[in-house]
Formats: sequence, C-alpha cells, structure tokens
Amino acid sequence: MRLLLSLIAGALFGAGLFVSGMTDTTKVQGWLDVFGNWDPTLAFVMGGAMIPMFIAWRLTRGRRPVAGGDFPELPRPELDHRLITGSILFGMGWGLAGLCPGPAMASITYGGLGGIVFMLAMLAGMGLAPMIATRLDRLAAAT
Amino acid sequence: METDWIWGLVGGLMIGLGGAVYLLGNGRIMGASGILGGLVDGSGWSTAGERLLFILGVVVTPLILWPLYNAEIDTHLTSDLSVVIIAGLLVGVGTRIANGCTSGHGVCGMSRFSLRGIVATVFYILAGGLTLAIFRHVLGVI
Repeated sequence: MRLLLSLIAGALFGAGLFVSGMTDTTKVQGWLDVFGNWDPTLAFVMGGAMIPMFIAWRLTRGRRPVAGGDFPELPRPELDHRLITGSILFGMGWGLAGLCPGPAMASITYGGLGGIVFMLAMLAGMGLAPMIATRLDRLAAAT
Repeated sequence: METDWIWGLVGGLMIGLGGAVYLLGNGRIMGASGILGGLVDGSGWSTAGERLLFILGVVVTPLILWPLYNAEIDTHLTSDLSVVIIAGLLVGVGTRIANGCTSGHGVCGMSRFSLRGIVATVFYILAGGLTLAIFRHVLGVI
C-alpha cells in the first residue's frame, strides 16, 4: 500500500513537472529573470500546486494517514541560520542552472549529459551537506 | 507561448495532487530534496522502498507522456559544465542545509502557511533572481 501510494504520488509529481514545462530551464530562469523577458509560468505552477495541498492539510485534521502511521511532526515555526543560509545557497544554484531537485529527477532521461552531471553534483552536495551544516553551526556559535 | 500558463496551472494541480496523495496516503511531506537526500546521507534508509518508488514514478512518467507531446523536449540546460557542476553542488548542499526545496518548503510549506516555508521560499527566490541578474546581465556568462 505505502509503496503503491509512493509510486502514484511520484508519477503525479513527475507528470506535473513535465506538463507544466518546469523541466525547461528557460522557463524557470525566465521567471527569475525580472530584468529580462519575464515568463510568469512558474507562478501558475506554484499557485496550482498549492490548491490541492491546502485542501490536503485541511483533511489531515482529526484523521490518520490512509496507509497507517501518523502525520509528520511539524517543525516549530522558528527561523534559524540553517534555513536562511541553505535557502540562499540553493537559490544561487537554482538561478545559475534553472534546475531544482524535482525537475532534475524528472528530466534525467532526456536532459542529456548536462542533466546527469547536474544530478551527480547535486547528490555529491547532498552527501557533503551534513558536514557543512555542522561547520556552519560552529561558525554561527562563534559569532 | 500564450497557452503556457494553462499548462503551468494544469501541471501545478498535478504536482499538488501528488503531494496530497503522499501526505494523506503515507503521512509524508513530498519534498524532492528530502526524499533524495535521505537516501544519500543514510537518514532515510529505513524508508528506502517508498523513496525509490516515488523517484521511479517521477522519472518514468515523463517518458510515458513524451509520445503524446508534439513538441521537441529539451531542458535547455547550459552546455557550460563548470556552471552545471557548481549549480548542482549549491542546490544539493543548500536544499539539505535548509531542509527543503521548491516542493517541500514551497508547495507543501507555503500551502499550510508555514513561516519556515515562506521565509525559505522568499530567500531562495531572491538569491536565484539576484544570481541570475548578476551572471546574465552584469557578467554576461549565462
């Protein structure tokens, strides 16, 4: 059950990324590029995606997940340096290439050599992240 | 194209529906960087099966939809591999330190009005826009 639901969720996610054009880096960079020929598509994707998710969060109240277990424990609404630093680093990479983790996965079969290189670099970055995060914590504590 | 926003909206609804299935079905937040990153650093090995099937769904569906598409499919990613590598590293490190990306913080976080999700999204959009402006319009390298 859990596995089947994961496959369905992934299929919907991949289909949505493909159909919306979000695996095309020119559309993502076109949205970020307010000084160039601005492309509004990403805002429609984000807005469209938030509608079912908003309803889903409402439906979690007083219920349990269909496949059993509990709903995730939500983090306390605290802002820390990890959230800010990480988001800035992520945004820089996102702006440079126009790819984020979802579309990088969805386009892996048709993104050519560049897509594979991006994926490998991203996975390497994910592997290095815990070490870098610890260093950042020490830096933040020292300042 | 003039119809791009409609496809954006349709695709967005599908993405949100995927997130809804993952949340209401499995009780998990659909974050691409978390699902992938947990397999890389070992923190998600106990749920590796779910993660791998989710990834399989993401990767295979575009291949199924591809023949229905009349247009050429291209990610238009820069051919400059040094930019690709630096961008990939930044995305990998950044999303894991921030504990989320466009799907986790953006779609799942903002739809429940999470402060962390909204702040993260504001920062990565500002950083992305600024980086693009500097490297495209000032330096002219991308």
